[in-house]
This record gives sequence, C-alpha cells and structure tokens, in this order.
Amino acid sequence: MYSQGLIGADGRTTESPEFLEAFQRRIDAEEKIEPNDAMPEGYRRTLVRQIGQHAHSEIVGMLPEGNWITRAPSLRRKAALLAKVQDEGGHGLYLYAAAETLGVSRDQMTEELLDGRAKYSSIFNYPTLTWADIGVIGWLVDGAAIMNQIPLCRCSYGPYARAMIRVCKEESFHQRQGYEIVMTLARGTPEQKAMAQDALNRWWWPSIMMFGPHDADSQHSDQSMAWKIKRFSNDELRQKFIDATVPQAEFIGLTIPDPDLTWNEAKGGYDHGPIDWDEFWRVVKGHGPMAKDRIKARRKAWDDGAWVREAALAHAEKRRARKMAAE
Amino acid sequence: MALFDAVLELADDHLVLGHRLSEWCGHAPMLEEDLAMPNMALDLIGTARTLYDYAATLEGQGRTEDDMAYLRGEREYRNLLLCERPNEDFAQTMLRQLYFAAFMHPYWQAAAGGGDEVIRGVAGKAVKEMAYHIRHAGEWVIRLGDGTEESARRMKDAVEALHLYTGELFEEGAAEGVDALPSRAAIKPAWEATIDHIFGQALLSRPVVQYPQTGGRRGLHGESLGHLLAEMQSVYRAHPGATW
Amino acid sequence: MSGEVPLWEVFIRPRNGLSHKHVGSIHAADEVMALQAARDVYTRRGEGNSIWVVPSAAITASDPDQAGENFEPTAEKIYRHPTFYDIPDEVGHM
Repeated sequence: MYSQGLIGADGRTTESPEFLEAFQRRIDAEEKIEPNDAMPEGYRRTLVRQIGQHAHSEIVGMLPEGNWITRAPSLRRKAALLAKVQDEGGHGLYLYAAAETLGVSRDQMTEELLDGRAKYSSIFNYPTLTWADIGVIGWLVDGAAIMNQIPLCRCSYGPYARAMIRVCKEESFHQRQGYEIVMTLARGTPEQKAMAQDALNRWWWPSIMMFGPHDADSQHSDQSMAWKIKRFSNDELRQKFIDATVPQAEFIGLTIPDPDLTWNEAKGGYDHGPIDWDEFWRVVKGHGPMAKDRIKARRKAWDDGAWVREAALAHAEKRRARKMAAE
Repeated sequence: MALFDAVLELADDHLVLGHRLSEWCGHAPMLEEDLAMPNMALDLIGTARTLYDYAATLEGQGRTEDDMAYLRGEREYRNLLLCERPNEDFAQTMLRQLYFAAFMHPYWQAAAGGGDEVIRGVAGKAVKEMAYHIRHAGEWVIRLGDGTEESARRMKDAVEALHLYTGELFEEGAAEGVDALPSRAAIKPAWEATIDHIFGQALLSRPVVQYPQTGGRRGLHGESLGHLLAEMQSVYRAHPGATW
Repeated sequence: MSGEVPLWEVFIRPRNGLSHKHVGSIHAADEVMALQAARDVYTRRGEGNSIWVVPSAAITASDPDQAGENFEPTAEKIYRHPTFYDIPDEVGHM
C-alpha cells in the first residue's frame, strides 16, 4: 500500500554551494546515501517527512481493510486478507525503521500522526462499505502503490530503498488477491457484479488522486527528483497506472466511471476526465469521511497499549537487575 | 459418526479462537504484536480449514469447509467456551492463548502417533505451531504478571476471568472412545505443568475454581458467540449459493 | 514510566552455509521478545533458519568522514591479488 505523492515537503537547505555540489555529484553518480553520511538538512527533512508519511499510510491503511477481516465470506479469503493486512503492518514497521536511521524515533512519529501534524495517504479516509471494496482496494489502491513504489526501490537513500525492495517483494500478492476477488464478483451473481461495479465507482477517482497533484502544481517535486528521492513525476505514474488498469477492467466487464476516458493514439495512452482537486485537498487536509475515526482508532490502540509497553519495559528492568545481582 | 463430531469440535475451537485473535489486527499494543497475533491466527485458521475439510469428507454429503463454518448457528457450534471469550484486554488475550496452546501442544503430540492419517498430518504441523504459541503467549504472561502494578492486576483479573473455562478442555466430548484421537483427560498433567512453570515466573497461581463453566460441546455457549457468528457469516449468508 | 521500547537490529541466516545478514530492525523491551518479534516480522515467508538480534545501541560504526583514510589506502596494494603475478599458461591452473 502506499501514500500519495509527498504533501508539503520542504527541501530548503542552508549548506554551502560547495557542499551541495559535492552531494549532488554523489547522487548523480547513483551513489547511495547511508545514515551516517553528511547530507543537506533539506534532504534529511524531506526523507523524514516522506518515509514518515509512507509508514503512517501503511498503518492507517490497516484499518479500512481490517474492517472486513471478521466478515470475509470464505475461510480462504479470510486467511489471505489477514495475511495482507498483517503485511501492511510489517511495511509500516520497515518504513518507521528506515526513518529512524535519520534520527527520529517511532514514538515521535506516532505522536505526530496522532496529533494531526503528520499526513498519511488520504485514500484511507474513505470507508469500506462492502466486501467488494476489499477486492477493489487490492486491485486499484495496491496497484497504484506498486506504480509508486517500484521506482522507490532505487531511491538515493539506502535504508529507504532497501525497505522498499522488501515491501515490493511482499506486495506482489496484494494486487493479485484483490483482482481475483473483483473478478470472482464480476463473474458471480447479478448482485455480486453490481457490488463490484459500485466499489469501482467509489474507488476509481480516489485511486487516481493517489498520485498527487498535477506536475505543474506539485510543490518541491523538482528538488526531490534532483535528489533522486523521487524518480518519476506524479502525472507520469498516473498515466502508467490508468493505461495498465483500463484493460483489466474491460477484461472482467466492469466500467471505469469516467465518461471522458478515451484512447489517444498519438500519445499511446488514455486521456482521462478532469480530477476533482477540491475533493482531493479537502480529504488531504483531514476532512475525508473517515478521517476522525481513523485517528481515533489509532489513538485508542496506542493509549490502550501503553500499560503493555510499560509492563514490558518494567519487566526488562527487573530482568537486568536480577542478572546483575546473580553475577 | 463420532469421529466426524470430534473433528468438528476441534475445527470450531480453532476457527473461533483464530477469529478472536484476528480482531486485534491493526489495534495491537505495539506494531510488533500487530504481526505476531495474525501469525497465530493464521496458524489456527489454517488448522480449522483442514479439519472442516476432513469433517466434510467424513460426512460425505457434499458440504464444503465454508458450509461448515458459515452455515451453522450458535447452537450447532461445538467450540470450547474458552475459545469464544471476548478479547477484553491484552492480558486476557494472551492468557486465553496460553491456556489453549498449553493444552493443544501435548494433545497434538499424542495425536501424531494415532491411527488416522489426516489427523497425524494435522498434528505434525500443529505441534510446532502450538509450541511457538506457548512461548509467545507465555513470555507475555510472565512480563505482564511481573511487570508494573497495573499489568500485574490485569493479569490476575485475567486468571480470575478465564480459569473457570479451563476444565472444559479435559472433557472427552464427542471424542469419547474414538481411537484416532487422544484422551483429553490424559492431557491434564502436561497442561498443569506448563501453566505452573509459566505462572511461577509470572507471580500467578492456579486458582481453585468453585463453579467451572462448561457446555460448548453441547452448543450451550455464552452470549458473545452469537455476535461473533453473526458478524462472520453475514456476507456469506446474505448471498446464498454465491461463490467468493 | 515514559521510556521508549528499545530498537534492535535483526540478522538472519537464509540457510546453513551462509552468514547471517542484516535484514532490518524491530522494537522490543528485552532480548527474548526481540527474538520473537524478529521471527514474527522477518521470517513470515521462509526467509531463514537462524536469527540474531543485537541492541542497535550496541553497534559501533566507522565514521564516513574517515572513509578515505580507512578504505582507500588498500586500493594500491594490488600485490594482494592473484592476478598481480605472471605465471606461464603451461604451468596450468594455480
């Protein structure tokens, strides 16, 4: 799963031109940057923000899909969904660890998520209303994620790139399990097919928006590209996603809910209708239908778990003391 | 059809407990547990699937594993009351897991040498899974029992809340006289040894239960199982005959 | 109490005959739970048969600013490599 294009990165930096030039030469030579290496403050800040947003997205992303684990309509689906949602948790864990190499702790990042300072992918602020949503999320949302994440495996920051390689390897089953669910519904009873189409109608536009604002409106994107934190522009990735997805929908007889969608022979890709950016920004700014509930659920898990974490630490302290006394 | 009934009882235990554990996914006290609990849940659901499938084969009426899981109501479910107890807090969840795994580990060990090929296969795999569940849940019970004042109180409350359901573990149920399955009553000493070993480190003691609770094997459940099943079966039952 | 649960580095041996390799990190209060967390997080797809966990704080790393003095002087000592020596082909593999 993944976050949208980075929101609100601040690549400003104060180092000397010589330092920045030398750093840029390393990047241009495709050298990886590792945790203890000297790096521009803006580079570090951009990464902390991006990896943090990415990690938060994985964690919050567990909620909409987790909403259906207890209702999955076959034991095979139940096991697959549980394994998938578990994977999202693992991906959040790898990513937090990658961010921790930059000197910010997981607890700090968690606090930022819970008090609203940190962003996460706005797609997870939509509700999952039927079982078909689980299929469509796997197909579209994980599909969009893969488009975004594969280039991140070559990101200039070593720990982020390594985490992404592991994430991509594990995610290869996610989109397939989603598409298989949708395909089964599309070939099922009329009610099941209607359920699949309804889910596609609701998730298509939010999925398209996952790639972030149009390139012309994307702040700080150029600096991220130069630093090779980002490798393709939002619009390039969005185009790739649409071109890959349209035939998949046609194959199972579902209709993409965009009347303006047409094949453009000249560019060798699809043209799509206008995106509702007002909705995008409304949801990004925390006014999505499920935004409050998502943070409330994360806050509850964190607060309810405090006594467990404290007990583990207290016990560890006792163990240490006993060991010392025995020596 | 004593074997059929006995296999179904085991399958229900595993599915219901696996379902309960899966409810934690995304809500655990720390991220590492968001991965650990689904691992245990997936072990249990995997075993349940094999057992339902076997039960369906024994019955020979063309039912599937999903028919078994999704089309029986609370009076037909045969799971132990322990398995259906709500998660409540992390202390109760870990203790419930320990109680169950500490029974199933020696049970599967005994079953691995039995006369039924399918059961031997299940046992061979499950015995390793249960060994890990004992370790994971057990280490948590120790940490919570001997952690902070609050965690120790919660752990004692958990023992208070759950111990009265453990007697049912040792009732033979439908397995009475079934050669392919071990005697459940005979597992008791091994179970007690495991629990005492962990409780000793967790500063807990095994209480004497005045009024043990039982009835799951006869479909006499607590009220929460009905809600669990209503939720679990809702989509499946809303679309009779559909494929998923 | 308000401490953070400590960070551990995880090393896994994919199979016997290979070395343990760094795969990532986890948080755990002590070494027993760290091993379990590493098992639950990093071996879900049969990635290995042995795990090491090390407190992240226990690792001493070389300073990247000293990378030049640490690692470059070795580059010119080509006589450490077998191809530095000329042996006639007739001698055979050596």
